[in-house]
Amino acid sequence: MAGMRDFLRSCVSTPLNALLSIVVLVWLATTLPELFRWALLDAVWSGSSGRDCAARDAACWLFIRMRANQILYGRYPPVEHWRVNIAALIGVVGLVVLLLPGIRRKTAIAAGLLFAYPPVAGILLRGGVLGLPAVPAAQWGGLMLTVTVAAWTIGTSIPLGLLLAFGRRSALRVVAAVSACYIDIVRGLPLVGILFLAIVMFPLFMPPGIEINELVRALVAFTLFNATNFAEVFRGGLQSVPWQQSEAGIALGLRRWQIAVRIVIPQAITASLPGIVNVCVSVVKETTIILIVGLFDFLGVLQGGIVDPEWLIGDQVRATAYFFAGAVFFVICFSLSRYSARIERAMSAGRRS
Amino acid sequence: MVVRNIVFFGAMAAAAVWSAAEAATLDDVKARNVVRCGTAPNNPGFAFPDNQGKFRGFDIDFCHALAAAVFGDASKIETRVAEPRDAFTMLTAGTVDVLTHRFTWTYNRDNGSGVEFPMAIFYDGQGFMVRKSLGVKSVNELKGAAICVAQGTTTELNVADYFNAHAMQYKIVAFNGTDATRLAYDEGRCDAWSNDRGSLASRSVALKTPGDHVILPETISKEPIGPVVRQGDDQWSHIVRWTYYATIAAEELGVTSANVDELRKGSTNPEVKRLLGVGDNLGQKLGLSADWAYNVIKAIGNYGEIFDRNIGDKSPLRLGLGLNALWRDGGLMIAPPIR
Amino acid sequence: MTDAVVQVPAAGLKRPPPRRLAFARMGPRALLVQGSLLLALAALFGFIASNVVANIARLNVHTGFGFLARPAGFDIAQHLIEYSERSSYLVAFVAATLNTVVLAAICAALATALGFVIGLARLSTNRLVAAVAAAYVELVRNIPLLLQLFYWYFAVLGTLPLPRQSLEFLGVAYLNKRGLYVAAPVAEPGLAPFTVAVAAGIAGWIMLGHFARRHRVDTGEAWSPRWIGPALAFGLPVFAWSWAGAPVSWDIPTLSGFNFRGGAAIIPEFVAMIVGLTIYGAAFIAELVRAGVLSVDKGQSEAGLALGLRRWRVYLQIVVPQALRAIVPPLAGQYIHLLKNSSLGAAIAYPDLMLIFAGTALNQTGQPLEIMGITMATYLMLCLGIAVAANAFNRRVQLVER
Repeated sequence: MAGMRDFLRSCVSTPLNALLSIVVLVWLATTLPELFRWALLDAVWSGSSGRDCAARDAACWLFIRMRANQILYGRYPPVEHWRVNIAALIGVVGLVVLLLPGIRRKTAIAAGLLFAYPPVAGILLRGGVLGLPAVPAAQWGGLMLTVTVAAWTIGTSIPLGLLLAFGRRSALRVVAAVSACYIDIVRGLPLVGILFLAIVMFPLFMPPGIEINELVRALVAFTLFNATNFAEVFRGGLQSVPWQQSEAGIALGLRRWQIAVRIVIPQAITASLPGIVNVCVSVVKETTIILIVGLFDFLGVLQGGIVDPEWLIGDQVRATAYFFAGAVFFVICFSLSRYSARIERAMSAGRRS
Repeated sequence: MVVRNIVFFGAMAAAAVWSAAEAATLDDVKARNVVRCGTAPNNPGFAFPDNQGKFRGFDIDFCHALAAAVFGDASKIETRVAEPRDAFTMLTAGTVDVLTHRFTWTYNRDNGSGVEFPMAIFYDGQGFMVRKSLGVKSVNELKGAAICVAQGTTTELNVADYFNAHAMQYKIVAFNGTDATRLAYDEGRCDAWSNDRGSLASRSVALKTPGDHVILPETISKEPIGPVVRQGDDQWSHIVRWTYYATIAAEELGVTSANVDELRKGSTNPEVKRLLGVGDNLGQKLGLSADWAYNVIKAIGNYGEIFDRNIGDKSPLRLGLGLNALWRDGGLMIAPPIR
Repeated sequence: MTDAVVQVPAAGLKRPPPRRLAFARMGPRALLVQGSLLLALAALFGFIASNVVANIARLNVHTGFGFLARPAGFDIAQHLIEYSERSSYLVAFVAATLNTVVLAAICAALATALGFVIGLARLSTNRLVAAVAAAYVELVRNIPLLLQLFYWYFAVLGTLPLPRQSLEFLGVAYLNKRGLYVAAPVAEPGLAPFTVAVAAGIAGWIMLGHFARRHRVDTGEAWSPRWIGPALAFGLPVFAWSWAGAPVSWDIPTLSGFNFRGGAAIIPEFVAMIVGLTIYGAAFIAELVRAGVLSVDKGQSEAGLALGLRRWRVYLQIVVPQALRAIVPPLAGQYIHLLKNSSLGAAIAYPDLMLIFAGTALNQTGQPLEIMGITMATYLMLCLGIAVAANAFNRRVQLVER
C-alpha cells in the first residue's frame, strides 16, 4: 500500500512529472482498449476454416490453433512428436536447474548440458539408431527448429568465442593477428551475406561431388558468425580479471591450461554474463534467417501459412500471425533478459558488499 | 577447428578425381534416390504449404512428375524453396537438380548464366492491376503512376522498357517477394501492381476486397515460363523436357489419370500406345524405363488436370486457361509428336 | 557496473593491456604453432580459390567486372545521384550504397538522441515515466527487427491516406501513403551573393566577438556597441536579398494526376526504415546510457546540486560528460549493428545495397561471385570505417579525463 502511494507521489512530484504522467496515461488510455478488443474481445477462437475469420476486424486465433502442430514441430511426423517433447523437457529441466540460485554442483550440470545433452537430443531428434525411425532435417521446422538452431549456435559459439578471445590476447603475434582479423572482418559483414556464401555459393568453393548438408552449413555459418560476438564479450570479461590472479596461479605451481580453465575462464564468464545473455537474445532473434536454407522455422511456418489459398481471407490472418510471432519471440527473449538483469543485480550487489 | 576442417577438406579434395567430367544429373538423382526441385516461395496455387505443411501446387506437381518419370514413384522429391535472388546460383552450384519455379525464359538467362530452359510449360504476359475507383481504362493512362513490382524478376525491366518506350513517367517500388508486393499495393502504396497476369489473378484473391480491382487489358510482355536446368547436361535436360511434354501429349490424346490404366490395356491408338510404353520402349533413349510416361500420368494426370486442380476451375484461384489451352483450342500448348 | 554494459564493445577499441606474464617464450614451439597456422590458412584459401576457378570453367559461367559498365535497365525508387534506367551497374551500385549510408547515418544520429532521452527517462524520478521507458526498452529489444519493420511499414504507414486525401501542412508539405512531399528550394541567381553575404556576416560577427574578448582581456573594459555583430550577420544578407533578388524560390508540391509533382519527395520505405531502425537502436543505446550514467559516482551529482546548479545542468554538465566515457566504446558497436541491420530494408522495398545490388543486379547479371564480393567488401569497409572513427573519437574523450 505504501509502495503504491510512493509510486503515485513520484508521478506528480514536480509539475514536469505531472505533465509527463498525464501524457503517458492519455497515450495508454487510447491504445490499450483497442488492443484488448482486437486481441481478445472480438477475436475468433474457434471454427473449422478460414471462413470463420472472414469479415471480422480482430485477431484470428483459429489460424494459430489449426496450425499449432506445424508451428511447433514443422513437418516432423506426428507419431514421433514425443521425441521432440522429451528432448525439450530434458533441456528445459537442465537449464532451469542450472539457472536456479542456490543449487550446488553447477559445473557438473553445465558440463552435462554442454557435452552429454547434444548427442542425446541429436539422437532423439534425428533418429535412425536405437530403433528410432530416422527423421531427416528436411522435415524439421517450426518452433522446434528455431530452438534447435538457437541452442546449437549458442552451445558452439561460446567455446569458439572463448578460444578467439584468448587468441586475440595471445603473446604469439600471428595467433593474435589472425584472431583479431577474423573477429573484425566477420563482425563487419551482415549475416544475410555470410549465409548467402555458406548456402547458395558454397558448392562453388568445393570440388565437384562434395556435398555437405545445407542445415549443417547454415549452423556452422551461424557458429562462425556469432563466435565473434561472444569473443568480443569475453574480451571485456578477460580484461576484467586482474593479472594477479594468474600470477597467483603460477605461484601455486598450476599449469597454463589449469590457470585458464580453473581461474581465468570462470571469472571472465561471470564478469561477462550479462553480455553473454544479450548475444544469446540476438541469436534467438536472428534464427529466422534459417529460411534461406529452405527450412521453415517458427516464423517461416507462419509466413507460409498466410498465403495458403484457404486462409486468404483478409489481413487479420497476417496480423494475427505476426502478432503471435512477436509475442512468442518476446516471451523467449524477455525471459532471457530478465535473467541477465537478475545476474547483473546480484553481481553489483556482490561487489558492493 | 579450422585445422581439422582443412585436413578434412584436403583429404576429400585429394580423393575427388579432379579432372573427371561432372557426374550426369540423372546418375546423381538415381544415387540419391530423390529429385531435388527449387520452387518459388509461397506462391498460392503454384507452390505453397497446405494445412499439414506439405508443399503443393502446379510447380510442385511437375516436380512429382519428374520423380514419377525417373523412379516410378512420384513421392521421391525434395522441394527446396529458392528466393528468385538465389535460385539460379543454387541451380548452377548443384544444390537443386531443376528449378520448377516461375522463371521467364529469356535470352540472357538461357545463355551465359550456366543454365538453360528445356521448354515452356506456362504462358503468361505481364499486366497491371489498378483500383476500379481510379477510373483508369488503359496502361497508357498510368502516366506518373507509382507501380509495385516484385524485385529480382523480369517485371521491373519490362515496366522500365514499356514506360520509356511510351515516354511516360513512372515510379517503381520493388519488393523482395511477391507477397509483400501485393500487400503494399493493397495498402495503397502504389497506383498499379504489375506482374504476370496469372499471378495477378491468383494473388488478387488475397486482396481485402478483390472486387474493387481490375486488371487492365494491355499485356506489355510475353512470359513463357518453364523449368530450368544446368547447361551442358543434355540427358537431364531432355528428361525434364519430355516429362513435361508427356503431360501435354496426354491431354491432347485424352489420357487422364483416371483412364490411363484402361487405355494402357485396351487403347488401339498407336500414339497412345507409344506414349504409355506399350509395345515400344521410348523411355530407354532417355535412360528411363519403358513406362515412364505412364507413371507420370498415373501419378499426377495430364496438363489439363494439373492446371485445373491447382490453379484452374477446381481450385480457389479459378484462373482461365488462356494461352495455356491446347493449340487446337486456340492456345499455345503443343507437344511435339511422340514418335 | 560498467562491465554490465549491454552490448559488445566495438572491435579494436582498446588495445589489450601489455602482458605482464611471459607465458610463452618465443621458442621453437611458438614458431611451429604460428608457422603451421599460417600454412593452414594459406592452404585453405588456395584450396577455395582453385576450386572456384575450376568450378567456373566447368559450369560455363561468365565472370569478370565488365558488367559494371553495362546499362542496368532498372529504376531505383530513391537515388541521391543522377540515375536512370540507362545508367550503368556501377552507378546503380553507388546510388544503392549511398542509400545505405544515408539511412544508417540518419538513424545513428536519431537513435543516439532518442536513446539518451529513453536512457535518462529510465532513471527518472517519475516512476510512471521510468516504467514506460523500461517497457519500451524491453519490448523493442526482445522482438526481431524484421517484425518491427513490417509493423511500421504495413500497419502504421499503411493507414495514411491516399494522395487525394493527403494530410496537408500549411500548404507546403503533404503526407500520404506515397510518402512525404515537402517544398524544395530551387536556386535562383541571387543565391551566390546571398550565400557570400551570410558567410561574411557570420564571419564578421565571430571576428568582432573575438576582438571584443581580446579587448576585454587587454584593457579590462567591456566593448560597448554589441549590436554591430548581429547587425552585420542579419543586415548583409538582407541587403544582398534586396540587391540581387531572392536567393531561392520554393518548388511547392502540387497534386497532379496520380500524385504530387514538384517539391522533394521522401519515400515511405525510407520513413519506415528510419522509424524502425531508430526505435530499435535507441532501445540498445538507452541501456548503454543508463549503465553509463549509473557508473558515474553519485557524489558527483550531489556535489553539483550542493553548488546550487539546477538538476538539468548537473545532468548535462557533470553526469553526462563523465558517463560518455563508458558509453562511447560500445556505442560504436551499436552503430555497426545499425548499419548491418539496415540490410533488412530489402524486406520492405527500401532500395539499399542489399536490395538493389545484391538483389536485382545479381539476378539480372547472374554473376554472384563478383556482386557478393563487392557487396561484402562495401559493408566491411563501412563497418571498419565506423570502428576507426570511434577509435579516434574515443581517444579524445578518454584524454579529457586526465
